[in-house]
Amino acid sequence: MGILNKLDISVEQFESGNIIITSMDKLLNWSRLSSMWQMFFGLACCAIEMMATSASHYDLDRFGIIPRPSPRHVDIILISGTVTLKMATRIKRLYDEMPAPKYILSMGSCANCGGPYWEHGYHVLKGIDRVIPVDVYVPGCPPRPEALLEGLIKLQDKIRNQSLAKHTA
Amino acid sequence: MSELRTEELTINMGPQHPSTHGVLRLVLTLNGEIVTDVKPVLGYLHRCFEKHCEAMTYPQVVPYTDRMDYLNSMNNELAYVLAAEKLLGIQVPERVEYIRVIMCELQRIASHLVAIGTYGNDAGAFTPFLYCFMDREKVLELFEMVCGARLLYNYIWVGGLSHDITPEFVTKTKEFIKYFRPRIKQINNLLSYNKIFIERTAGIGVLPQDVAVNAGVSGPTLRGSGVKFDLRKDDKYSIYDRFDFDVCVGWGERGVVGDCWNRYIVRAYEMEQSLRIIEQAIDNIPEGDVQSAVPKRVKPVVGESYVRTESPKGELAYYIISDGSLNPYRIKARSPSFCNLSVINQISRGHMIADVVMILGSFDIVLGCIDR
Ligand code: SF4
Repeated sequence: MGILNKLDISVEQFESGNIIITSMDKLLNWSRLSSMWQMFFGLACCAIEMMATSASHYDLDRFGIIPRPSPRHVDIILISGTVTLKMATRIKRLYDEMPAPKYILSMGSCANCGGPYWEHGYHVLKGIDRVIPVDVYVPGCPPRPEALLEGLIKLQDKIRNQSLAKHTA
Repeated sequence: MSELRTEELTINMGPQHPSTHGVLRLVLTLNGEIVTDVKPVLGYLHRCFEKHCEAMTYPQVVPYTDRMDYLNSMNNELAYVLAAEKLLGIQVPERVEYIRVIMCELQRIASHLVAIGTYGNDAGAFTPFLYCFMDREKVLELFEMVCGARLLYNYIWVGGLSHDITPEFVTKTKEFIKYFRPRIKQINNLLSYNKIFIERTAGIGVLPQDVAVNAGVSGPTLRGSGVKFDLRKDDKYSIYDRFDFDVCVGWGERGVVGDCWNRYIVRAYEMEQSLRIIEQAIDNIPEGDVQSAVPKRVKPVVGESYVRTESPKGELAYYIISDGSLNPYRIKARSPSFCNLSVINQISRGHMIADVVMILGSFDIVLGCIDR
């Protein structure tokens, strides 16, 4: 019952078995935040830290995050690295192909604002939020795996407070 | 029965594809499952390194070399710094030379671990990936101990190093060597000599020696074809001439010389050699100040310099032109991955689609290095 305790629900015993009473929002949010499938997609140096985070030492699997190659299977994209103008159009397209609800985590200074290429990079998008909406920004060049994990926990918090009623994209 | 209408099919592989190791796009022309043409399309990670450098001072360029080939930052820094030092005529202290060699060889191990792990992943074996990243984490801990960064270090400076090493680093490195030797064997048993893996890679994408040499292929990709060429031996930079190590080549232990398996196994052999170099260096580090030769102001005279080094991916070189000002007039980087990728069309023609993934993986490309 460990997981269910956290869900703020009541379990009642009836003759023919258990009935769980909770709100729709809570159930949906709980299932969404505990299996965020991630797009198997890396852009630059930050992607290496993302790979290190999903490998054995930091183990993203504990959050229910597994990489999937197709945008149609995924809930979250980690934008991990320098977004060039050429790549930005592709990312927009990948984003459009994802089924809702979809979440974006922008990892590293490059994806947040252009990073080290901000000043002289004629080719770098100055922040992925100019193309697609971002839920969580993780600063750093590259962010440590711990920072990325913190960002993902923040995203889980955000999902936990979502509601079907006042739907925000 | 009427004749089947067949025609060639063109498909895109990438830029978002799990096995293109970044944002590479390959345009494949297919005849059924058979690949008839492969055209790489670059530029999705172009970061204008060379143009960027014109706006930077010499020491400011070092962090950008880190970001060029991000799996292999130390070697990138070393190559650039050696070129800058040649221009300035700086002789660095012995201690600095030794520490640089140790760092570069540790980085080589880390880079090869990623190459091996992701190559296993390409073949469908996920477990070796986890093992390799576990060991890589140990190397990163060592780097973190000396300079505080895990991936991009800015550690090797023009004329010296950013931090001195501690006695703890020396003990930890020795422990790592002891720990890592049996692990190489373990990885070999797990992946290299695995029957399924050999079936996938042996005899696939054979790169003949003459094609490799003509296309400027270098590093493990070249040595996989049996060419004994390693700049650490053949163009002795830094202090590599003091150490005793072998240049590993693929000799057809499995499959045929020049195929994917042989290119792959060179990396596994090389990790052992890197351990040997570190072992010899770690006990002989002389005393000294690592920043004694760091110039206050880097302002070289008018001139140019070219230094080439052996990075884990191949021949990495920097060409610097100075016009006597604080900023370099022009910096050109010769990246190994770019030249290695150029042979992909020749050697993948006639193979299946699935083999293209294995051929691409066996080059161990890094897109930051190709597009710069
Ligand atoms: S933020 Fe830094 S580490 Fe991340 S992709 Fe950009 S340059 Fe690389």
